Amino acid sequence: MANVINFILPFLPELLLAFFASQLLVFGVVKKERTDLVRWIAIGLLVVFALAGLFVGVPGTTAFNGALINDDFSYIAKAIIGLAAAAALLFSESYLKSERLDQYEFSVLVLYAVLGMSIMVSSNSLLSLYIGIEMQSLALYVLAAFNRDSLRASEAGLKYFVLGALSSGLLLYGISMVYGFTGSLTFDTIGAVVSSGDVSPGVIAGMVFMLCGLGFKISAAPFHMWTPDVYEGSPTPVTGFFASAPKFAAMALIARVLMDPFMGIQDSWQQVIIVLSVASMIVGVFGALMQTNIKRLMAYSSIANMGYALVALSAGTVAGVNGMLIFMSIYLITSIGLFACILQMRIRDGMVEQISDVAGLSTTQPRLALMFTVLLFSLMGMPPLLGFFGKISAFYPAIDAGLTWLVVVALIASVVGAFYYLRIIKTIWFEEQDRQFVKPATALSVLSGVSTLILVAVLFLPFISAPVKTAFGAAAASLF
Amino acid sequence: MLYLLIVFAPLAGFIFAGLANKRMGDTPPMVVTTGLLFLSATLSWVALIKVGFGHEPSDLTLLRWMDVGGVQANWALKIDTLTAVMLVVINTVSALVHLYSWGYMDEDKSKPRFFAYLSLFTFAMLMLVTSDNFVQMFFGWEGVGLASYLLIGYYFKKPSANAAAIKAFVTNRVGDVGLALGVMTIFLIFGSVEFDTVFAAVEANQDKVVNFLGMQIGAIELIAFLLFIGAMGKSAQFVLHVWLPDAMEGPTPVSALIHAATMVTAGVFLVCRCYPIYEMAPVTSGFITAMGAFTAFFAATVGLVQNDIKRVIAYSTCSQLGYMFFAAGVGAYNAAMFHLFTHAFFKALLFLCAGSVIHALHHEQDMRKMGGIRKKVPFTYGAMILGTLAITGVGIPILGFGFAGFFSKDAIIEAAYAVGAAGDSSAAVFAFWMGIIAALFTSFYSWRLIFMTFHGNYRGDQHTFDHAHESPKNMLVPLGVLSFGAVFAGAFFYKHFMGDNAYGFWNYSLPVEDTHHAQVIPDNLYAAAETVASDAGHHGDDHAPSGLFGFLFAKFHGYPVWVLFAPLLVSAMGFVTAWVMYIRQGAEKHIAAVDESGGGVMYNFLLNKWYVDEIYDATIVRGARALGDVFWKVGDQKIIDGLGPNGFAAMAMGVSKRFSKLQSGKLFHYAFIMLTGIALILGFVFSKLGG
Repeated sequence: MANVINFILPFLPELLLAFFASQLLVFGVVKKERTDLVRWIAIGLLVVFALAGLFVGVPGTTAFNGALINDDFSYIAKAIIGLAAAAALLFSESYLKSERLDQYEFSVLVLYAVLGMSIMVSSNSLLSLYIGIEMQSLALYVLAAFNRDSLRASEAGLKYFVLGALSSGLLLYGISMVYGFTGSLTFDTIGAVVSSGDVSPGVIAGMVFMLCGLGFKISAAPFHMWTPDVYEGSPTPVTGFFASAPKFAAMALIARVLMDPFMGIQDSWQQVIIVLSVASMIVGVFGALMQTNIKRLMAYSSIANMGYALVALSAGTVAGVNGMLIFMSIYLITSIGLFACILQMRIRDGMVEQISDVAGLSTTQPRLALMFTVLLFSLMGMPPLLGFFGKISAFYPAIDAGLTWLVVVALIASVVGAFYYLRIIKTIWFEEQDRQFVKPATALSVLSGVSTLILVAVLFLPFISAPVKTAFGAAAASLF
Repeated sequence: MLYLLIVFAPLAGFIFAGLANKRMGDTPPMVVTTGLLFLSATLSWVALIKVGFGHEPSDLTLLRWMDVGGVQANWALKIDTLTAVMLVVINTVSALVHLYSWGYMDEDKSKPRFFAYLSLFTFAMLMLVTSDNFVQMFFGWEGVGLASYLLIGYYFKKPSANAAAIKAFVTNRVGDVGLALGVMTIFLIFGSVEFDTVFAAVEANQDKVVNFLGMQIGAIELIAFLLFIGAMGKSAQFVLHVWLPDAMEGPTPVSALIHAATMVTAGVFLVCRCYPIYEMAPVTSGFITAMGAFTAFFAATVGLVQNDIKRVIAYSTCSQLGYMFFAAGVGAYNAAMFHLFTHAFFKALLFLCAGSVIHALHHEQDMRKMGGIRKKVPFTYGAMILGTLAITGVGIPILGFGFAGFFSKDAIIEAAYAVGAAGDSSAAVFAFWMGIIAALFTSFYSWRLIFMTFHGNYRGDQHTFDHAHESPKNMLVPLGVLSFGAVFAGAFFYKHFMGDNAYGFWNYSLPVEDTHHAQVIPDNLYAAAETVASDAGHHGDDHAPSGLFGFLFAKFHGYPVWVLFAPLLVSAMGFVTAWVMYIRQGAEKHIAAVDESGGGVMYNFLLNKWYVDEIYDATIVRGARALGDVFWKVGDQKIIDGLGPNGFAAMAMGVSKRFSKLQSGKLFHYAFIMLTGIALILGFVFSKLGG
């Protein structure tokens, strides 16, 4: 018995997801109308998944002959991914119902996507890395086109799929080169070969291809082109999901790949990360300036924010990874809150998603206006909101690593970026329009309210923020 | 506790009235502010008795304010006689003005705001005078400036009131720069901003030289001069006087409190407080004397022809402040403070009387449209006569009997004479003669005001005249109290401020020597008196000379008789001239004459205040505006905005448009960009590696 437990424990979270997702699929086929039940089970499952690693995990263990690894980093990543996905399921309900899309497959697909992400963040070999990514992506492609009667959604799903396939090709090509030149698939062996000095250019080329393939997943420029179209075309809760958990998973995977197998060629990957980072920041902030659709705007905003996270990673230090984790977590909280707000923008005729639609919100719905404002201010990096400290922890490691100019670029980008956040705030508070949104679902109000509260208050609650910081520090340290 | 109450009661009143809820109505804020001010005023008299007569000065440190390197400043209350006198002046007048405003502002819409400002002003003024360091004093200095600005612009719907408020603020800024530079220089030289530390070190530092604007100047002279610039701004001395007449746009109680009795005397207070510095700065003291004397003369000439009842009194204030300054300039600091003290009573009285007249005549301020209203407002008339007797300095020199202004003004003129006669300072001689001439003018314009307003026939709108009425009791009571002060303040306090008790009274807060009048007796006169005394064979055991000369000396303070009688004489001349012109010949004749002839060159020169405003407008205002125009249109709009925010924004928009074009929505474009991107990155990485 003990043997069995010891065998199962390292992949218990993944096992949980895989098993119950399949069970739910079967259950859904039989009881098509019980979508609510499926969703609530899925949410509960995700919460259990999120906490499983933290509470019963044994750091340092591996599973499947070293294909998966358990460490503090993977536990923290899984916890955040699980909670973000649960939040996404929570805020999808009202939208799916009102758009007549409420099918049980949605929840199951989210579960499978999370399973993929879970494999990604704890992958310890090139093969499990690829499997995780593909598992996640396939579920996401379907989710993007979930509203299959909508032309825009189908187009978004198709674009995502085709370009995703291209990026998978790049990734796979890179993996094959790395395998070819190092002779191994596991990170430990690759790391040992790379660190031994005398690295062949083939490994570096493979690494560049891999990073570009992974860059597609975090929509880093110049691999970002799908993002605005997919964000705009997909159903809003799916967009909200895209903006949170998958981004985090891919970013965590990049961190692991950089710090684990390729640590020996930091000089080379640092160049790639910096290029991706600068390009993302520039494309993100300048692309957003002219947008009128709030979802498209969020797409560019996420591109820019991935650029900021890459600034932290480019340092290549424990502090850098730590900064990335903190920044990404805060970004996730903010973007979940924002999408919960966007999902509340519903008039009697349906959803609206133009920036001009929030005009006069301050008089018609002061509470929503206030939450919007706090979330946007935080995203902008306005002290004393949490977003400010997110940016601090992302940028400081880069300065310490001597990349001051990169931080200057990031700060300029933040200033330019402030413009379009401020424009929304201005529209909310200073423009007039008599548009009544219908009463939002409780889940949405709660979600946006909770994330707003977190952004405002956590800083002042040391008994919450201190342990979280410690946990993040440990997670970052476990990669090295 | 006593002093804390005195200082912070007005602050409490301000906070209460400032935060008062509209629903509460007007009465609670008015009751609270006025009540607290009366408490403060009563306690101030207690403080004066305690400090001035009981010789118990005290230093209270409340809080450490700043502690940055060498700059250490406390919030502190330094209560010596000088401060106690100011406390009495400020709080008494303020309390009476609060009460008076009940009647005067009766029809106003936002009374709590008015009373809040009044209390705020009082608090700031108290901070100014109770400070034990230059920084806290500067706080109070700026605080009263702010309150003055708010109150001048109280009728903010009137463009002229706003313009006057801004003018006062800007003019005061010029002075404040001087003051700030002075404080900084003090810190530079002494390494401290505490009064006690600085004053104790003045003597040791008197030979220090600093580089100021490329010139080598004695540090003490420089400090004295810079501080005086500040005093000039606040106390409306010539060059920086232009704001005071315009400040009459504010409600009349404000003019009485701020622009007559208290704030404008802050400059005099500053010079007196810093007397250790000024005693070591003879050049600047001479400058102060000359400036003060000239202002006394200049403002008096302008006052001769003004037709607005409040402007006449405003110029009169300006002129009287000149007296105080030249008294301080010749070293008679106690005479300056004495005049400040009595002036507060009679000038506040005059203003409040003018307010009462204005109130009676439905806000008519032009004296040409008044006349003969003494029957309508008998009480106001009586009070104003008393105030005029006080300001014109009516009294009998030998008997030591007279109105308040008699004692203080004569003391100043005598002091100037004494210093001038001793041959120490030609500025003092100038000041003496200017003082005499200004006294003549003062008498003329003061009586002219009385005659034009209260005597003769009414020249305005008959309807207004019919409805003219005496003011309500809450306005008359302050008039009564101030009248009492205007009549007796001089006689009663003379021996404490100037006379036998002065040494004990001031108790080192001002330089008064322990002899009778020694500070205003020139050495040669004193020596002469000694000689006479010894010739007579009387070797007195005290310093007072005896014999015939000694008798005269004791009676006439050692001055020639003509010096003693000159002020009274010119005052009488002014009265007679005014009487002949405005009673015998009648005000109508003169008004008509001016209307016909346009008044002549001299008249217009005076009416237009020597064209000072026009000169400022043509040079400074237009110049500044032209310069500002250049900076705005070329510097700001074209260069900074054009290349900075606007230029950058335009560029950002351009970049953004180009990005949008890239985002074509076509799949093969996207794929192409991805592949191009990876190719470029590969090239970049390998070029770095290979390079």
